[in-house]
Amino acid sequence: MADITISHLVKTYPGGTERATDDVSLDIADGDFTVLLGPSGCGKTTLLRMLAGLELPDSGSIAVGGKDVTYLPPNKRNMSMVFQSYAVFPHRKVRYNIGFGLSMAKKPKEEIDRKVAWAADLLQLGPYLDRLPAQLSGGQRQRVAVARAIVMDADVLLMDEPLSNLDALLRLNFRSELKKIVKDLKTTTVYVTHDQSEALSLGDRVAVMRKGQIAQLGDPLDVYDAPADRFVGGFIGSPPMNFIKAAVSGDGGALIVGDQRLRAPSLLQSYSSTDVLLGVRAENVAVDTQRSSGDVPGTVLVVEPMGSSILLTVEVEGQTIKVQAPPTFRTSPGATIWLTFSPNSMRFYDSETAMALVAR
Amino acid sequence: MTVDSPPAPVQLDTPARPRRIPPAVLLIAPSIVFMALLLGWPVIQGVLQAFRGDEGFTLDYITRMVEDPYFWPAVRNTLLLIAVMIPLQFVFAITMALLLRSNPRLNKVHFFVWAIPLALSDLAAGLVWLSIFNDRGYLNSVLTSLGLDSIPWLAYDNPATLFLCVLVAEVWRSTSLVLVIVVSGLQGIPKDYDEAAQVFGATFWQRLRHVTLPLLKPSLQVALILRTILAFQTFAVAQALTGQNFPLVVGETYRWYTALQNPNVAAALALVILVASMLISVFYLRALRDKGQEGTR
Repeated sequence: MADITISHLVKTYPGGTERATDDVSLDIADGDFTVLLGPSGCGKTTLLRMLAGLELPDSGSIAVGGKDVTYLPPNKRNMSMVFQSYAVFPHRKVRYNIGFGLSMAKKPKEEIDRKVAWAADLLQLGPYLDRLPAQLSGGQRQRVAVARAIVMDADVLLMDEPLSNLDALLRLNFRSELKKIVKDLKTTTVYVTHDQSEALSLGDRVAVMRKGQIAQLGDPLDVYDAPADRFVGGFIGSPPMNFIKAAVSGDGGALIVGDQRLRAPSLLQSYSSTDVLLGVRAENVAVDTQRSSGDVPGTVLVVEPMGSSILLTVEVEGQTIKVQAPPTFRTSPGATIWLTFSPNSMRFYDSETAMALVAR
Repeated sequence: MTVDSPPAPVQLDTPARPRRIPPAVLLIAPSIVFMALLLGWPVIQGVLQAFRGDEGFTLDYITRMVEDPYFWPAVRNTLLLIAVMIPLQFVFAITMALLLRSNPRLNKVHFFVWAIPLALSDLAAGLVWLSIFNDRGYLNSVLTSLGLDSIPWLAYDNPATLFLCVLVAEVWRSTSLVLVIVVSGLQGIPKDYDEAAQVFGATFWQRLRHVTLPLLKPSLQVALILRTILAFQTFAVAQALTGQNFPLVVGETYRWYTALQNPNVAAALALVILVASMLISVFYLRALRDKGQEGTR
């Protein structure tokens, strides 16, 4: 167990011109579960591989538990890792695979046996210890990979999209199981994924990455609720956050969307007469078939029943947004409905930089 | 309440499927004919030739072969060469393949250069090495220019250096075959296994022993069988370098056929190589069979 300090890490792959990680700094507290989230090519896996020592940075440093490990070979870092492809050795039985790290460290046989039995029990692999990986299902192989990683008493546990090769149902089940296991282990964990729901559900903290940089770092709910910029809001959430072009009135008291005027929150006082982007989550828009005060009219384009809710695609003042309506709401394409944006859930972004506006 | 059982499936009188030759047979037929004519028939001929005398079956040729003063030295030399050369070649080839895998600068050029001997005729290789090991060859020129005495590497009364010369030339000439097989085998192993082993604390030697070599086993098996069979047939290089001073079994076959004009004894010698090759292949296939994976694939 140890804390991690990453500072100013820069890496460009040979032959590439863009930086895979661009001056990334990140502090991870001891025992924290940090998720690196981002679209493919954002540098999250590169960052993880540099932590593991499988890639070396061009500049910057990584310290684990106060010790600089930037250029230490992987086998000297006391880390363990779950690979996306599992990387379970196909020529050896499950028992050997789980105990691999321990036997490489030349631990006594009875200690290896004890820990393998513990991990196998935890991951329900007991009956499969004497099988070869080829005789296991994908989900079981993934369990072997996790078991191999947790027996190690490593300082840091690294996971590279460990659930992405499982089918949807298995992924959901294993996700909560994994969360419990890692919580009980109390090992500092860095988890890479491109799946935003995984990131939100697993992480103590989520680092959203984009083009080699960390766009936002924070508590999962904060990241979801108050995205730091348009990219984060658009990447996290299903459907992603709606962004509506709007303007603040001359006196700063009203928000103008097309022909409609909404009451502006006090934050916008200092942004009078500027164009802004209004960001609002689909579930934070209330819908009604009747008009009431402060409502904005919209035309329904698409109705998608999702079971627990109905997803509407609505045109508002020439802009298309997604709205989540309760499953009892009845409407049809072409109908006019009335939308209410709850003031507390509105977020505002600079129309040019796409960064969140702050009171000034 | 009774439950109606589902109606019994109706037996349809399907017309008997016309008997045809399966397409697979048709597809491999040309190669079978080809193999039978060009390989099978000569083998049968060879066996017959080794055992058929004027009055039917005879062991005369075998006796003559065994009693020839060059036979046992040839067998001994061939086995010695195999025993020393094969391990050496594998160590070289695996080292070279691992070096290539570490992705050095000009990776492809290195591989290309290392594979050149593969494209060279073995007689040509023998002649090149002859020009090196010759009494007045390049090696001795270098030695004298350094102020050292030149050494008669290929003298008939110096079996140790004769063996050494043949060994060096053969290792140079045929290691690239092993290299090519090992490199392609390595490329088939996903990098993740090696990386996982690294992260879990394995040192280089531990990774080699516990991960890389076991995963490389199928390729090594192929290379081992091929190389050993080919090593039994070592001929042109040794012939060019040593003539008859370092007899090998195939060299003896050639001598009986050409110099001694006795195709029957030559056929008997060829038979010895055939049997040895078959035995060694069976041995390798059994010895290297993966005990852990038996019956799983």
